[in-house]
Amino acid sequence: MEHYLSLLIRAVFIENMALAYFLGMCTFLAVSKKVTTAIGLGVAVIVVLTISVPANQVIYQNILAPGALEWAGMPDADLSFLGFLTYIGVIAALVQILEMILDKYFPALYDALGIFLPLITVNCAIFGGVAFMVQRDYNFAESVVYGFGSGLGWAIAIALLAAVREKLKYADFPEGMRGLGSVFITAGLMALGFQSFSGISL
Amino acid sequence: MADWKEMKSVLTAPILNNNPIALQILGVCSALAVTTKLEKALVMSLALTVVTAFSNLFISMIRNTIPSSVRIIVQMTIIASLVIIVDQVLQAFAYSVAKELSVFIGLIITNCIVMGRAEAFAMKSPPMLSFMDGIGNGLGYSFVLIVVGVIKELFGFGTLLGFTIIPTDIIPPNGLLVLPFSSFFVIGLFIWVLRTYKKDQVEAKE
Repeated sequence: MEHYLSLLIRAVFIENMALAYFLGMCTFLAVSKKVTTAIGLGVAVIVVLTISVPANQVIYQNILAPGALEWAGMPDADLSFLGFLTYIGVIAALVQILEMILDKYFPALYDALGIFLPLITVNCAIFGGVAFMVQRDYNFAESVVYGFGSGLGWAIAIALLAAVREKLKYADFPEGMRGLGSVFITAGLMALGFQSFSGISL
Repeated sequence: MADWKEMKSVLTAPILNNNPIALQILGVCSALAVTTKLEKALVMSLALTVVTAFSNLFISMIRNTIPSSVRIIVQMTIIASLVIIVDQVLQAFAYSVAKELSVFIGLIITNCIVMGRAEAFAMKSPPMLSFMDGIGNGLGYSFVLIVVGVIKELFGFGTLLGFTIIPTDIIPPNGLLVLPFSSFFVIGLFIWVLRTYKKDQVEAKE
């Protein structure tokens, strides 16, 4: 139990997707003007990561990993070079299915997530989460915890940045710094703050 | 066949006038993470330019036969296949750099520059022009990466591509620039400089 708790804390704070690995940056910088939309997007990322990381873990361990096809009578097969294609396919399919299910059974949540759901396919935080899971050889339970934790970390980061940006609207920046430039510096300062978590050893 | 003037403009415009990172906010993730050393930045730039150029070329070639409802999946498949090729080539010929770049080569698939240009340009333009646009946007991305990589390696380690330029006993290296997140500041300041010089890119006050 303790192992999973420390994995969760590590995924949320120490290895924060947005501020320590800079994943999902495009949406992180572009869709963080308002706190409400930022939180909506954050929730969507948590949901998709929590599902897609374990799903890809199962596929990787049973089909793609070297020697994984032993159950099918092919112990020498190594399909790991097909990894990228498979992960992105699984993510795209999952997002599509999730969209249909939400539309049918949870229309309120579907409306709240709006256009963010299809956009998530191309969010590198999702793909990054899957790639890290494969690289670190997580088992199924660990991948569930890691997927949820990294999604939560990303959601917290984008909500915080949006809150800062709402206040920054009233600041008087030099002309060239207005907009994107100021967001970069703000995000940099936030990453500097999150850097302090790296001293924690779990 | 499009005329040369148009080709030249799609090739050079993304470098300063319509830079993918500084103006379109595309492909920022890898720009921040891989720029600690100039060598990494160079390999990443090359990989991304190749993928963008060829994905634009192939998508543009089949743009009239792709049903619009499944176009994202088709684009993804083409991009992912190209990235697999690049990844395998790098692992074969530049293993140590490929190891250092770890997941970021794979992340080219979800790099918004590739998807963004495929969707915004290649779906509407003839193949050769799209190919040029891909190279142009790759160069715009490379330009930012190389500037950031040079600044960070020169002042963070005192070296360039591993060769000592500034001996560390004369000017002590700046420890902040060694850390990955300092790219935020460098890119932020880069945007400031670019927009001071190109006034038309300044954002309107809210």
